[in-house]
Amino acid sequence: MDFDLSEEQRLLKESIDGLLTDSYDFDARKKYQKEKGGWSKAVWGKLAEQGLLGLPFAEADGGFGAGAVETMIVMEALGRALVLEPYLATVVIGGGFLRHGGSAEQKAAHIPGIIDGSKTFAFAQLEKNSRYDLGDVATSAKKKGAGWVIDGEKFVVLNGENADTLIVTVRTKGGRRDRSGIGVFIVPANAKGVTRKGYPTQDGLHAADITFTGVEVGADAVIGDPENGLPLIERVVDEARTAMCAEAVGAMDESLKATVEYLKTRKQFGVPIGSFQTLQHRAADMFVALEQARSMSMFATMAADFDSAKERATAVAAAKVQIGKSGKFIGQQSIQLHGGIGMTQEAKIGHYFKRLTMIENTFGDTDYHLRRVTDAGGLV
Amino acid sequence: MDLAFSKEEIAFREEVRAFFRDNVPPETRRKMVEGRHLSKDEMIAWWRILNKKGWGVSHWPKEYGGTGWTSVQHYIFNEELQMHPAPAPLAFGVSMVGPVIYTFGNEKQKQQYLPRIANVDDWWCQGFSEPGSGSDLASLKTKAERKGDKYIINGQKTWTTLAQHADMIFCLCRTDTTAKKQMGISFIVFSMKSKGVTVRPIETIDGGHEVNEVFFDDVEVPVENLIGEENKGWDYAKFLLGNERTGIARVGVSKERLRRIKDLASKVEQNGKPVIEDQGFREKLAACEIELKALELTQLRVVADEGKHGKGKPNPASSVLKIKGSEIQQTTTELLMEVIGPFAAPYDVHGDDGSNETMDWTAQIAPSYFNNRKVSIYGGSNEIQRNIITKAVLGL
Repeated sequence: MDFDLSEEQRLLKESIDGLLTDSYDFDARKKYQKEKGGWSKAVWGKLAEQGLLGLPFAEADGGFGAGAVETMIVMEALGRALVLEPYLATVVIGGGFLRHGGSAEQKAAHIPGIIDGSKTFAFAQLEKNSRYDLGDVATSAKKKGAGWVIDGEKFVVLNGENADTLIVTVRTKGGRRDRSGIGVFIVPANAKGVTRKGYPTQDGLHAADITFTGVEVGADAVIGDPENGLPLIERVVDEARTAMCAEAVGAMDESLKATVEYLKTRKQFGVPIGSFQTLQHRAADMFVALEQARSMSMFATMAADFDSAKERATAVAAAKVQIGKSGKFIGQQSIQLHGGIGMTQEAKIGHYFKRLTMIENTFGDTDYHLRRVTDAGGLV
Repeated sequence: MDLAFSKEEIAFREEVRAFFRDNVPPETRRKMVEGRHLSKDEMIAWWRILNKKGWGVSHWPKEYGGTGWTSVQHYIFNEELQMHPAPAPLAFGVSMVGPVIYTFGNEKQKQQYLPRIANVDDWWCQGFSEPGSGSDLASLKTKAERKGDKYIINGQKTWTTLAQHADMIFCLCRTDTTAKKQMGISFIVFSMKSKGVTVRPIETIDGGHEVNEVFFDDVEVPVENLIGEENKGWDYAKFLLGNERTGIARVGVSKERLRRIKDLASKVEQNGKPVIEDQGFREKLAACEIELKALELTQLRVVADEGKHGKGKPNPASSVLKIKGSEIQQTTTELLMEVIGPFAAPYDVHGDDGSNETMDWTAQIAPSYFNNRKVSIYGGSNEIQRNIITKAVLGL
């Protein structure tokens, strides 16, 4: 049992923290937001230069063979700086599908572009009625000759507006909510019949609703088994949830720091408002919530090594519950303790709140994951 | 970063578990499981078994009878003890006064007291709180006046846990009334059999007798019973309070109680099916388990940190352990209440040692719920813990 970072992991943390300190203060973020697509190609290039986009990929594929802990370190740092660039969509999710399900040809075709920063990915999964159920898929892929034809609609696809490549969940067989008959396809974003309607999201990222109308792809577009893709989807989404837990911990940590700083500097009644016990205890409760969240983020991260897939999934669900609760509490109370200034777009604090709120509602909210833990028979 | 216990640690857990299985008297375990009181003799008998094994004062330095275990081993030992369940070593002797004596006491005091603490030849109690000095402990008024080679002690202590069993007390007394309040306090130990000591029971809301008022009326104590230096008692008290850190979360206690909740909830019916099958109830249970898992991890982080970087400064996360640990303990007693529902009402007028059991163990559920309100009050109330976080962590 060991909670310390290894020497290499410590260096990784220093490197990403250093990069973001240099290039990602809140003013810089505002500038990046105004760039085409809503994020900075230059920052993305720096992430590539430092090898961060290649972290989780096997050395044989040109990556560094890093594990879940390294992703946690990076995501926590990205959460601190409220980074807009599509690391989650591209490296964690896009990369995850390729690593866990991709053929040698698919890996060779796509991984180098991720690692060198020239290509980004998006995961087209959510549908009008699927909500958090990964096995609820209506978008269809029908056989045509050696290839497939895709029809359907996907919503709130993160980085969907900018991505070069889409990973699309489709139904190849059976009814809308059958657990079998689901496939995972790689589709070029510029394929004929793909229509994207992009928009900014509440937390300053960008997403798109994407329509697939008779989109034709070859047999080589399928990742893994076209009729049994759900286990792969669940695995990758669990990794995405784990990564988001770490991102949320970074956001919560900074949110609390900023709030404590504000309590020390803001004066009312002639004294810093941090001298009032009501506010002190609220901040102490935020610290408790943060530490509990940090523990569960680590738990989910280390669960990546669990042998049992069920235990792994339950651990991630439990972490998502804790992060959802802690994130909501810390996010809301950060605004409350900042008072009026916390309500302004100008102040950074509200942006943490918004990102934490969106994280809670991505890939299953607190209630959804509480039910998963319940159905799995609990944790003890 | 690695969550897994080592092979040696897993083997250690097996060893500890097997020892408890084979050596905790079944009647003691049964009473613990059912949330009943134990008699003084039952507790002492178990602690002597533990001491004979060499585990009675496990965290003490080896020269005084400790085990030399790692932080992780201590953690495992405590968790297995709590989950078995078996009574934890008497904190007042083993975790509180013992470390003060071997750290600040003289050679004679070490030889005189430490072996008797380990074997519970003396039952110790803690004379800290007073009617006017709870969270503001340093305002205490009990006086020890030096007269020749004696202290004359006058005053009153309260919330003195199990003083009715005690042979010895360690007591914070004011020895200098002119100094600033923290500076004039001394740490004095003496026999509860001394002339002028009176113990009066306080009945708590559960109907139990755990705590007492203790009165001192011209109690004569030899000056050699002073531990460390005169007027330095506040430092020793702070040392003592900071000493017990990771056990405070009581993760094992809550785990054991969760087992009991599930067991009971699969027997009690609602709407024609066991309560455990009710979705709403199951979700509450799962939510509690998630909180507990987070707490367990937080505790392991503190344990690992102590193992690596030494026990030096108290880890501020221990305040998190106290706050969350007590809240979860209270939640588990609430869940038991919820399961038993209307059958919580019957009141078992039992003796303090539970010797005249007249009712099924479920009659202990409500008293246990009432009694557990104490856990967010004692040991530095949760509000005091928030003050600690405010100052030590947040720097406000």
